[in-house]
Amino acid sequence: MKNTDVIIIGAGPVGLFAVHQLGIKGLKAVVIDNLDKAGGQCIELYPDKPIYDIPAVPECTGEQLTTRLLEQIKPFKTEFFLNERVDEVYKDKENWVVKTNKDKEFFAPNIIIAGGVGSFEPRKISLKEAEKFEGKSVFYAIKNKEQFKNKKISIFGGGDSALDWALELSKFSKITLIHRRNEFRGGQHTLSKIRKLEKEGKIFIKTPCQIESLENDKELKSITLKYDDGKTEKIHTDVILGFFGLIMKLGPIAEWGLNMDKKTIGVNPKNFETNKKGIFAVGDICSYPGKLKLILSGFHEVALASVECFKRARPNEKYKFEFTTSSKTIQDRLGKK
Amino acid sequence: MPKITFKDHQGNSKTIDVDNGLSVMEGAIQKEIPGIDADCGGSMACATCHVYVSDEWINKISKPEDAEIDMIDMAYEPKKNSRLSCQIIVSDDLDGLEVTTPEKQT
Repeated sequence: MKNTDVIIIGAGPVGLFAVHQLGIKGLKAVVIDNLDKAGGQCIELYPDKPIYDIPAVPECTGEQLTTRLLEQIKPFKTEFFLNERVDEVYKDKENWVVKTNKDKEFFAPNIIIAGGVGSFEPRKISLKEAEKFEGKSVFYAIKNKEQFKNKKISIFGGGDSALDWALELSKFSKITLIHRRNEFRGGQHTLSKIRKLEKEGKIFIKTPCQIESLENDKELKSITLKYDDGKTEKIHTDVILGFFGLIMKLGPIAEWGLNMDKKTIGVNPKNFETNKKGIFAVGDICSYPGKLKLILSGFHEVALASVECFKRARPNEKYKFEFTTSSKTIQDRLGKK
Repeated sequence: MPKITFKDHQGNSKTIDVDNGLSVMEGAIQKEIPGIDADCGGSMACATCHVYVSDEWINKISKPEDAEIDMIDMAYEPKKNSRLSCQIIVSDDLDGLEVTTPEKQT
């Protein structure tokens, strides 16, 4: 069990700035996120898209914003727990315990939920039968490519992940690449390599078509594809790899007894506390009258939430409002001389 | 004000008035049409406002940009007439538009 002042759920821009606002007040935080990197939607959905409404930053991309926020919170040496999803939240007297899907436990008087629209998870094949083969012959991510040696593999998707893995696995397996339309949107270089392998008969490309059914006895035997013109084709397959991108799922947050309104959590706009004392919600996931889903709104929200977090984490100290320009204490915490 | 009809996958339908200039998605959210999630709020980053446009209308509305087509790859059960409703901007020309929401968005 790890003790801290604040557990931040979500490493998007608002979660990152929460680290800053807590840090300058002398509070320690940990950050947990289901993605493998910090940045949230900024890094996952639009790393290259310019953002024009960050105050005093006329233009920056999602990736640049993330990099700068990470730079800004560097002095606080915050611990990140990535690739982990928070599954359970429960009360222990005046404190909260958070448990992740990797069975890690955290203990703190405060939780800040900066969860955006939920955690990112791979979009799955919509066939019901595909479910029971998940993890055995149907996969949405590759951890160990060795297990895909000398197999008949059907790869679905039209983006970089599908193309890169088709290329990589074609070195030792029979690959069929399947996409719902004729155009792929991966890098040109990868695409031309794939087209070359197709000509050499090393990769088979099937477009425009989608999966219609899968056939199995105990193990997966084959899949049937349906083309746009209605024709079908059966492909012998041992392994299905689906790369349809990520979707955002609210997940377990809905079960924590918070005041939910559809996919958002109702908060008190005075301090962004939810109906549970010590649990705060900020950024896209919170709702209150007049809420705007903007990054800059999230920055304001964490500033206020961090004050309440201080009062709960340091009940015997008086909170003192300070400016970064003039406070020696803050400057020390930022490592400035 | 243009009227837009939303059908769900079971055939239930609802017709709403949407102001010119709003997207079909924004109209749906304002009137709480079920089946349109719009998780990203209209930044063409999520494919959860995915709709199927009726045959009658698919060629009458403006063509999707490449980025929208790419994003539709991520949608739940995309078809030839799939569009992201956040990218269809309502005008008088679209009065009577009919779209169908997929069985689910995620």
